[in-house]
Amino acid sequence: MNYIPVTELEKEAMLKEIGISSIDELFRDIPEELRFKGDLKLPKGLSEYETRKALIKLAKKNTDMNQLANFMGAGAYNHYVPTLVDHLLSRSEFYTAYTPYQPEISQGTLQNIYEFQTIICELFGMDVSNASVYDGATAVAEAMVMACDKKKNEIIISKGLHKEYRETVETYANGMGFTVKYAELEDGITPVDAYEAQATDATAAYVVMYPNFYGCIEDIQKIAEAAHARKALMIVSVSDLSAMGILEAPGNLGADIVVGDGMPFAGPLSFSGPNIGLIATTDKLARRLPGRICGMTVDTEGKRGFVLTMQAREQHIRRAKASSNICSNQALYALANNITLSTLGKYGLKEMAENTLTNAHYCRDRLLEIDGVEMLYDQPFYSEFAVKLPIPARVLQKHLLKSEILGPVDMGIFEKELSNVGLFFVSEIRSKDDMDRLALAMEVIINEQKFI
Amino acid sequence: MSKNLFSQTEALIFDKSRPGHKAYFLPEMSIEKLDKYRVIPSHLIRRTEADLPEVSEIDVVRHFTHLSSKNFGVDTGFYPLGSCTMKYNPKLNENTARLPGFSWLHPYQPVETVQGALQLMYLLQVSLAEITGMDKVTLQPAAGAHGELTGIKIIKAYHDSRGDSKRTKIIVPDSAHGTNPATATMAGFQVIEIKSSPEGDIDLEALKAVVGDDTAGLMLTNPSTLGLFERNIKAIAEIIHGAGGLLYYDGANTNAIMGITRPGDMGFDVVHVNLHKTFSTPHGGGGPGSGPVGVKEFLAKFLPIPTVEYVDYKDKYKFNYDVPETIGRMKSFYGNFPVIVRAYTYIRALGADGLKKSSEYAVLNANYLKKLVGKHLSVEAPDRFCMHEFICTPKNIQETGVHTLDIAKRMIDYGYHPPTIYFPLIVEEAMMIEPTETEGIETLQDFAEVVGAIVTECKTYPEMVKTAPHTTYVKRLDEVKAAREPNLRYRKPIVV
Ligand SMILES: Cc1ncc(COP(=O)(O)O)c(C=O)c1O
Repeated sequence: MNYIPVTELEKEAMLKEIGISSIDELFRDIPEELRFKGDLKLPKGLSEYETRKALIKLAKKNTDMNQLANFMGAGAYNHYVPTLVDHLLSRSEFYTAYTPYQPEISQGTLQNIYEFQTIICELFGMDVSNASVYDGATAVAEAMVMACDKKKNEIIISKGLHKEYRETVETYANGMGFTVKYAELEDGITPVDAYEAQATDATAAYVVMYPNFYGCIEDIQKIAEAAHARKALMIVSVSDLSAMGILEAPGNLGADIVVGDGMPFAGPLSFSGPNIGLIATTDKLARRLPGRICGMTVDTEGKRGFVLTMQAREQHIRRAKASSNICSNQALYALANNITLSTLGKYGLKEMAENTLTNAHYCRDRLLEIDGVEMLYDQPFYSEFAVKLPIPARVLQKHLLKSEILGPVDMGIFEKELSNVGLFFVSEIRSKDDMDRLALAMEVIINEQKFI
Repeated sequence: MSKNLFSQTEALIFDKSRPGHKAYFLPEMSIEKLDKYRVIPSHLIRRTEADLPEVSEIDVVRHFTHLSSKNFGVDTGFYPLGSCTMKYNPKLNENTARLPGFSWLHPYQPVETVQGALQLMYLLQVSLAEITGMDKVTLQPAAGAHGELTGIKIIKAYHDSRGDSKRTKIIVPDSAHGTNPATATMAGFQVIEIKSSPEGDIDLEALKAVVGDDTAGLMLTNPSTLGLFERNIKAIAEIIHGAGGLLYYDGANTNAIMGITRPGDMGFDVVHVNLHKTFSTPHGGGGPGSGPVGVKEFLAKFLPIPTVEYVDYKDKYKFNYDVPETIGRMKSFYGNFPVIVRAYTYIRALGADGLKKSSEYAVLNANYLKKLVGKHLSVEAPDRFCMHEFICTPKNIQETGVHTLDIAKRMIDYGYHPPTIYFPLIVEEAMMIEPTETEGIETLQDFAEVVGAIVTECKTYPEMVKTAPHTTYVKRLDEVKAAREPNLRYRKPIVV
């Protein structure tokens, strides 16, 4: 099939108007030896019905979370997203538009960005947010670019930052001439000394995850004080965004740049990709932000309206000297975040966070009743905790699936020596029954496996 | 009181907040609530709630429905935004991306439980490799610019792996999209800008003058940003390769060439395509996009991790983290998967025939429209056939004092989204028109007629054009004020 509305007859009329007799003539600028001969080796096209069938068949080869009780997080956190979100996202005036280059007919997108920027600033306790970057990992990389310059060209990152974020930052740093150093964890959190041991005059920023990759809540205030004493910036990467319903906003604890990922509020996790990189900062650093920023202004009749602004930072104006190369971002998920967080509101987010905290702790207590299961670190946590298991996490995972339970994340995929560590994520949507079932199934599996 | 929704300013969601209103219902807790002060150090507990709105469900739904009515999408009307390929976004793709078997997956699920997702990714990789004439593809990049950065880093890794550290320069034509030079800088290269001919072709002499043993590569858009096929492409490839550099293909304009010619066959070493352009995935008001990168075999060992592989003897798919000289990782997880599902659906539905036909008709529509619009405005390269887009300017009506911006704004009054304006930078007053293959002949005719009508207005009543748009709910907006007095977020009025 195809989506071409022009008929054969119409085509003939068009060719006539152009003054040629075949479409092929239009391609005469392409040197003959470069013309592709024959057919692309692709499966034959299908009708709409057949295509849908083919895709359903592929989808069926996956086990989706709706059939399971999910205990996996590690950067992809499954919280409640109201039904209305996808309905509103699906209004095609939103999703079939592009970047609001023509503000007079893009006020819907623009007002959304303005509201989104406000909500992100509220969550993080910051002055300014942009309209999004790709994901949480590239947001840390962009924050590094904001913080570093020729003289201050190194950053010190806590080992408690998500492994994939660290790898991404390294990729970005390599080539830009920035050095990435690491502050080691001690009992699951990053002591100030671990940063201080690495710091030099060239240190541009300290980076920490809040709560960190192992679920532990870092004391970002202490770290920020130490960073500032060194004239370095404090970059905080928020892991599970819903934590902002319970944990102090990083901006109120000394952060200069706060980043995160709005994936939990964008809709179903979709394997990967409804990610949305959040990045917010102080008024002072606003002009170093990457990407689109929306501002309020007035029209020629004095009516309130919104435009993209401070564009002198961006690639289409600054080209080789731009603050980033980003052009398309994750706008649709900014809309989703605005809708979800507006729906939850002030008290919904708080309730979500408090219920998550309660559930995660209940679940932890249940799991610790099992012989041989211990906390990896004994630190305050929010929605995630890592436990040492008497069997490989991968084996546990496999057997739990039979009980329709997904999780935990096998920490061995990030650090080989942690293959007996499972990272459990528990949110407000897990029922007591889910958690009891998990504890029970785990106990049985561990007892069986221990003797194999 | 009656209100005209469409002329009314929509209050901010924060202004609609009323204490006690709520729109959320979380699962009832059957466990006693934990006292947060028992488990979290008190100075790390939030003292004041984030000031999110308190609204009811109907308020939320109406608010965003109203906002949507203040937006223009492809579904609203003709959207000939050059370089962005605003083709129709098939509804089928929206449904397949939302199949629970694709949408309710966690990225760290055991691979046995996501074989269908991996197979889909693998099949899309293979399809894109075939369409572009490359050997291996990664779907990780989240947009075109992200693909560029991935590709340029691969070029850097290649030179580094050979100990060839003096290659510090990337050549970029002055007609290039802003992301090209910005990307080269982010990858640590010095950007050498070269002039293009007035028709947007690379000036071979200028190119020869700048290449040397410090050339890491050339970034090229072909068809060029003027919508013309670079006729000297083979000579360009020879000059760059002859100097030891590599060729990077910005595939933003792939919609002109599917099944007709392939970057791989033109001599390019690295390519990115935009799934949100060529492969029909919606632009989402600015994203998400997806910018897969294809490379020739000799560069495959530098691809970002993880790659998606097919394990023949097991008939299984897997993630491979063991890529010996990988540039590293470009983002968390694997790419914008819902976009990937949509693009795969599109390719599966169209097949080789449908894709080729799409390119043919994209080029037909562009040339037809160029012909019609050319009756009213100056077109660039009038004697050449354009590819999927063309550039026109109001040079022929310069004396009216009307600018491209004005004409663009006036188009809005007639129900169209304006074309891309003031890009490429090398054409003064450029208007870049890309109709795409999903528009019918009448739409093109009507649009051209409107261009004619606006040109007449420019001559008879230029004020009408210079002050457009007149029919929108906001008129031209004060961008200078927005930049000088930044108001980037709402703050609650302080009540005294
Ligand atoms: C020629 C060209 N190159 C690169 C890009 C960047 O693509 P993206 O916005 O997906 O990052 C664009 C997008 O507008 C483009 O038109």
